[in-house]
Amino acid sequence: MAQTLTAKAPKPKLSFREWISLPRVQKWFVIVTFAIVPLLLLLVFTYIPFGKMIEFSLYDRSYTKIRGFVGLKNYTRIFTRSDYFDAMFLSVYYMGGALIQLALALYFATLLSFKTRAGNLFKGTIFFPYLINGIAIGFIFKFFYTRGFVLDTVLGFLGFNPESLPYWLRDQSINNYSLVATSVWRYMGQNMVMFIGAIMSVDPTLYEAAEIDGANRWKQFLYIILPSIKTIVMLNVILSITGSLSAFEPPYVIMGGGASGTATYFIKMHQTAHIDQRVGTACAMAVVLMIIIIIATILQKLFFRFVLKEGVDDVPERSPKKPRKKLARV
Amino acid sequence: MDKKTKIESLTPAERITRALVAVVKYFSLLLASFIAVLPIVSCLLVSFKTDEEYQLTPVMQLPENFLNFDNFRRVWVDGDMGRAFATSFFVVVVVVAFSVLVGSMLAYVLNRFAFPGNKLIRNLFLFATLIPGIAMQVTIYQIMTSLGLVNSLLGYIILQCGTDVISIYIFLQFFENLSVSLDESAILEGCTYFGVFFKILFPLLRPAIVTVMILKGIGVYNEYYSANLYLQDKTRFVTVSTALYTFTGPFGNAYNLICAGVILTLIPMLIIFIFCQNLIYSGLAAGSVKG
Repeated sequence: MAQTLTAKAPKPKLSFREWISLPRVQKWFVIVTFAIVPLLLLLVFTYIPFGKMIEFSLYDRSYTKIRGFVGLKNYTRIFTRSDYFDAMFLSVYYMGGALIQLALALYFATLLSFKTRAGNLFKGTIFFPYLINGIAIGFIFKFFYTRGFVLDTVLGFLGFNPESLPYWLRDQSINNYSLVATSVWRYMGQNMVMFIGAIMSVDPTLYEAAEIDGANRWKQFLYIILPSIKTIVMLNVILSITGSLSAFEPPYVIMGGGASGTATYFIKMHQTAHIDQRVGTACAMAVVLMIIIIIATILQKLFFRFVLKEGVDDVPERSPKKPRKKLARV
Repeated sequence: MDKKTKIESLTPAERITRALVAVVKYFSLLLASFIAVLPIVSCLLVSFKTDEEYQLTPVMQLPENFLNFDNFRRVWVDGDMGRAFATSFFVVVVVVAFSVLVGSMLAYVLNRFAFPGNKLIRNLFLFATLIPGIAMQVTIYQIMTSLGLVNSLLGYIILQCGTDVISIYIFLQFFENLSVSLDESAILEGCTYFGVFFKILFPLLRPAIVTVMILKGIGVYNEYYSANLYLQDKTRFVTVSTALYTFTGPFGNAYNLICAGVILTLIPMLIIFIFCQNLIYSGLAAGSVKG
């Protein structure tokens, strides 16, 4: 009540200087100036495109010209024409690759979480590809896979007949595997580092206790390491689904935009919008992609809540704190 | 001492399994490191070869002269890499500075003030993580066109600053651990809220700032898709990624030159990696928390 009194009485006499230094005004001034820019960016680059994406998906249009409202025709087009479906099917390769990648990452993370000679060197070497520019990776592997170049030479050393080796990038029965391999090469180390982080957060006395109890490495993995990282592993499995649907760099860079049957869903979307000028269809593709990703996210949340019974409580809900109240009036 | 007795107490069978496990372990680590390094090293070897050498010798043969930096010089000049590095450097610095400032300021407001809309803003950012950025590329392009920001460096920079939920989360987490009593005592001494943020809290955020700088910097430096789409006029703007991508034009299949370009783009990353390894690792862990 004291507040309203002091606030009311001197009100008419307030000069601008005094008014601006009122705690209440100060507080709102800070809130607005500090939050306006990120909110504006969020609006312009997330929510407006989000709304437009849904709107555009109902029209037959290019970037500049609207050819008419078509309702759900763009969606039926995606689900009935085989080329869109093929592009979506390619994601299966990337999903398979992602699962192999996670398994490898888990394996190496486990190895490195035990005492290892030159452990940091191994960790760094396996991780480094993650930091390389995607275009550079594209060139590295174009070179790597070229007939008679790096891969063929190494396989030749190992006793393979170079003549009988396939064309890694041109042969349509194999090129998608080659591309997925580049993606595994690039991201495995990153997964590994995240897993190591999770394993390291386990209380080290647990290992000592297990060692004393005579648990071997495999048992330590099964009963200590795996339970401690199942959340982050599951998270990465789900992320791999969304990641494989939006995979685009390997075919885009190595195959010059997805030639020879390597155009993934995202590349197909890019082509539909920028080359075919069918922005409506491309937006419908984006909406479908988003729905799949949201479903995957919901499944992930359900999985954490009902199967692992965690994930919800390990990120405690935080309420904003309020330091101002008492001091502001001083 | 302790360890020795432990090993001596093992039966021979156990000792053999231990040895086998160690063999498998180091063999697989060596193999994985070899696979990780092989594509890069082969690139490095080729980049030292002269044109004739590249055409005549097998790719995996060592170059005659490891000090032949001619390819690097040619790429730097003809491939426009000098300008590309300058542009990329500029973009990285501006975007990183912006992200750090804006992200920490928003986190400050969200963490320290209870006001109507606080929860709403948090939820808006949370929901944004659900929408895959890649799905909106088409409509973002349309918006950028209508704002006149296509083919402008400013436009590209603004787009890269865009919605950066991860850095906001990293800062929010960090603020949780900064005691409010810091703010209170500063305000008692007559500090304004701006003063509290810039003079007291911002310097304390240093670990979070470094994490955000590294993660964001690497991301922006390696970004290709938007650079290609929004900086189409390559005579005016090239970033490291787009300059590298155009290499197939002037250099055709001359991999000795292309690989020299690839190695050039790797060098900054390698330097950062060597000096900030642990920061990068912990940054990744922090960034992954938001899921």
